[in-house]
Amino acid sequence: MSSTPLLSVQSLDIAFGPNRVVKDLSFDLYAGKTLAIVGESGSGKSMTSLAIMGLVHYLNADITQGHILFRSTSDNTALDLTTLSDKEMRKLRGKEISMIFQEPMTSLNPVYTVGDQITEVLLLHGDYTRATAREEALRLLRLVRLADAESLLKRYPHQLSGGMRQRVMIAMALACKPKVLVADEPTTALDVTIQAQILAIIKDLQKELGMAVIFITHDMGVVAEVADHVVVMRNGEKVEEADVTTLFATPQKPYTQALLAAVPTLGSMQGEALPRAEPLVIFDGDKVFSEGESTLQNTVRLQDTPVVSVRNLVTRFDIHKGFFGGVSHRVHAVENVSFDIYPGETLALVGESGSGKSTIGRTIQQLQESTSGDIVFSGQPVARMSRAEKMKLRQQVQYIFQDPFASLDPRKTVGFSIAEPIHTHRLMGDGQRIKNRVSELLERVGLTPEHAKRYPHEFSGGQRQRICIARALASKPKLIVADEALSALDVSIQAQIIHLMMQLQREEGLAYLFISHDMAVVEKISHRVAVLHLGQIVEMGSRQRVFDAPQHDYTRKLLSAVPVADPHHRREHLLMDGDIPSPIRRVGDEPTVHPLDEIAAGHFVSRGSTSSRL
Amino acid sequence: MAKFLFYRLLQALFVLVAVTLIVSFAIRLTGDPAVMLAQGAGSITEADLARIREALGLDQPFLVQYLEFLKGLCTGDLGRSFMGGTPVGELIGRALPATLSLAFASLFVSIALSIPLGVTAAVSRGRWPDQVIRIVSLVGLSFPNFWLAIMLVLLLSITFNLLPPSGMEGWQSFIMPAATMGIILTATNVRLVRTTMLDTLRSQYIMVARAKGLSNSVVLYKHALRNCSIPLITYFGLQFGGLLGGIVVVERVFNWPGLGTLAFDAVAARDYPVLQGVITVLSLLIISINLLVDVAYGFVDPRVRKS
Repeated sequence: MSSTPLLSVQSLDIAFGPNRVVKDLSFDLYAGKTLAIVGESGSGKSMTSLAIMGLVHYLNADITQGHILFRSTSDNTALDLTTLSDKEMRKLRGKEISMIFQEPMTSLNPVYTVGDQITEVLLLHGDYTRATAREEALRLLRLVRLADAESLLKRYPHQLSGGMRQRVMIAMALACKPKVLVADEPTTALDVTIQAQILAIIKDLQKELGMAVIFITHDMGVVAEVADHVVVMRNGEKVEEADVTTLFATPQKPYTQALLAAVPTLGSMQGEALPRAEPLVIFDGDKVFSEGESTLQNTVRLQDTPVVSVRNLVTRFDIHKGFFGGVSHRVHAVENVSFDIYPGETLALVGESGSGKSTIGRTIQQLQESTSGDIVFSGQPVARMSRAEKMKLRQQVQYIFQDPFASLDPRKTVGFSIAEPIHTHRLMGDGQRIKNRVSELLERVGLTPEHAKRYPHEFSGGQRQRICIARALASKPKLIVADEALSALDVSIQAQIIHLMMQLQREEGLAYLFISHDMAVVEKISHRVAVLHLGQIVEMGSRQRVFDAPQHDYTRKLLSAVPVADPHHRREHLLMDGDIPSPIRRVGDEPTVHPLDEIAAGHFVSRGSTSSRL
Repeated sequence: MAKFLFYRLLQALFVLVAVTLIVSFAIRLTGDPAVMLAQGAGSITEADLARIREALGLDQPFLVQYLEFLKGLCTGDLGRSFMGGTPVGELIGRALPATLSLAFASLFVSIALSIPLGVTAAVSRGRWPDQVIRIVSLVGLSFPNFWLAIMLVLLLSITFNLLPPSGMEGWQSFIMPAATMGIILTATNVRLVRTTMLDTLRSQYIMVARAKGLSNSVVLYKHALRNCSIPLITYFGLQFGGLLGGIVVVERVFNWPGLGTLAFDAVAARDYPVLQGVITVLSLLIISINLLVDVAYGFVDPRVRKS
């Protein structure tokens, strides 16, 4: 390893007006190495990456202090990127230093073809003609393992999946063989299997091209998987810096310890029959302490009637796209799914995008009409319910969504939002009693009664999710459908909400249908797990059976794709090519429904594989 | 596509019938063309007037007259002018190119001004170029078009004698009317371009384009502008319809030999066939432009294209 760093950030300060978002940050980056910058929202990690690209002023922020020294190889002189003009910076951007962004769905221009967007960089920085640039674009698409590169060149971003778009983005970023690649949460929005592919591609190409990579993420699992060196950031400041093994083995600073403690680790529950509510690790000022005790979640009441029984549920959507608007294709979102949820039980539905897990949740809540099959509620079939009974059902089943901000009315106080289900279902008439109930609910989820008068924008993401839970509790439900309810939250907040949900389950006997793509969180919270693939359950059983002894290939694949937060357990390249298969089928082309075999008590496994990709 | 076209044509037909029906009915409430024709012919008896009405077909019930008009329309015959008997089709044939060329010239002026101004305002949001552009466009919005037209004539033709004050002879005669219409449209268009551009500039793909090292003008005019084009095309298309309506006033001021002048004179003379003809042609134009706008979406945005 050369002793001079390729890129050196020195006492960097970035500010939005008077607001300092990055404070006195320094770190070095060496050729061929990966530096991970970790931190929760608001830690300033993304601003740092934009500063290296010389792009902060487009967000109306300024670098107020410090240097970013970059050594371009030819001579060993260092350029200070903070002093370069925009014109000089443009010559480096995309050529010497390039960047991959977080949101693959929105990072490609929707009105130009993939080919146009890749060749654009080549023509700008390299010595290419239109024809040779096209050849090079083809080579790049193959490099990021996209099949059928030839036809891909002529396609538009909206015709590609998220994983494919992110690979196109990588191809674009690597087009000019940059010396530094800045990857800002490049896999956060993707499914775990696709995440594993993208991480593998970045690692391979790094080896091939000898690039230095700055990897920005909030996911400790990803850090353990890819990083050589780690910088931990909080509120714009560097908290700790160490090589990856040291950081995970002996974190020095309380914040790093708390951050690592909050990470749900796959396999942490091995050998345990029931989920366990762990003590909450709290970081306050400079101290770390834990709160509460380790409690077994022995809440399932199997002797009672199930809260909900789903039998042979099928949900399909028609796609109208024929010449005269006829139905030519159907989305087979849910195919022949059956399960029960008992009082006090958490059933997790896991699967990749398009597996039908959210559709099941919406169908149970009567937000989506089923094509066939039965849903039985506390012994009563929904199909035979009167309007009034269906209304009562809406009271007993509540929903928590992924984006707590989008699910609260920004113009209403949170007190109003929480009281709304009480009014709708006429649970209480008296204004004062409703007010008391709202105060009680807010306290229940760890907020205070005074919060009732505030508006959603005055709260943080975690607090908003608590408000959504309070609103869900307002109508005294028996079942809460939590659809990716923790996915948008930072890990420390995630741990708090898991803790809250488990506590509520113990105290109120609630049942949860927990929909998630995050296997580690699912392992922590659920009693039983159902794995969905292309709308069918491929494996279902107790959490212990499914996680400790997975039987179906697809379950194993999902589990193996989860990054483990331990740098000693880096996975050998498990490379899954291809994309998540589509549940869209031509009319008449019915999917085969595979029967489930009971291989042990309560452990069901599908007899067939549901696609050729397995 | 076939279904889409079918519905659009049905819709167009309905609009056409509704517009002509209202116009034909309304103009018959405004006065008697027989009286207008007989003016200055000395002593006119009630019997003379009745004879004129009979000759023009005005003694028939309204519905019969309207159906006659529709029948003619189907065969492409718009009737003859009450004044002088020239076929209406011929009158419109002479006036239409004048109006269309003026409308396109105005739209061109407006687009050529509003896009760079709007983009500049968006890029310099909150700073002085943005403030200046916004204030100037507000001032522009507040001008009535006839006032602007008269001021231009007084200044450029009367005081400095640079441009012909009226008529349509040579390209110089286009400048003032097109500028009048164009400047007033620009005032609203700048604001629209600015707002859509601000939205687009917030997109992730714009940051990606910058991260590629592309120059500012490529980022703005290649990557951002095309993504703004759907709302802009929609608005410019709608505006073209309004433009054809608003052109009457400007044509009067500049004595422009277009549809506006023709329609104005027809109203004054209660020349029913000419007015009905002009309105029919105008609504046909507006309907086709709206159709063109829908087709244009597909060209600028691949997501709109049907598979």
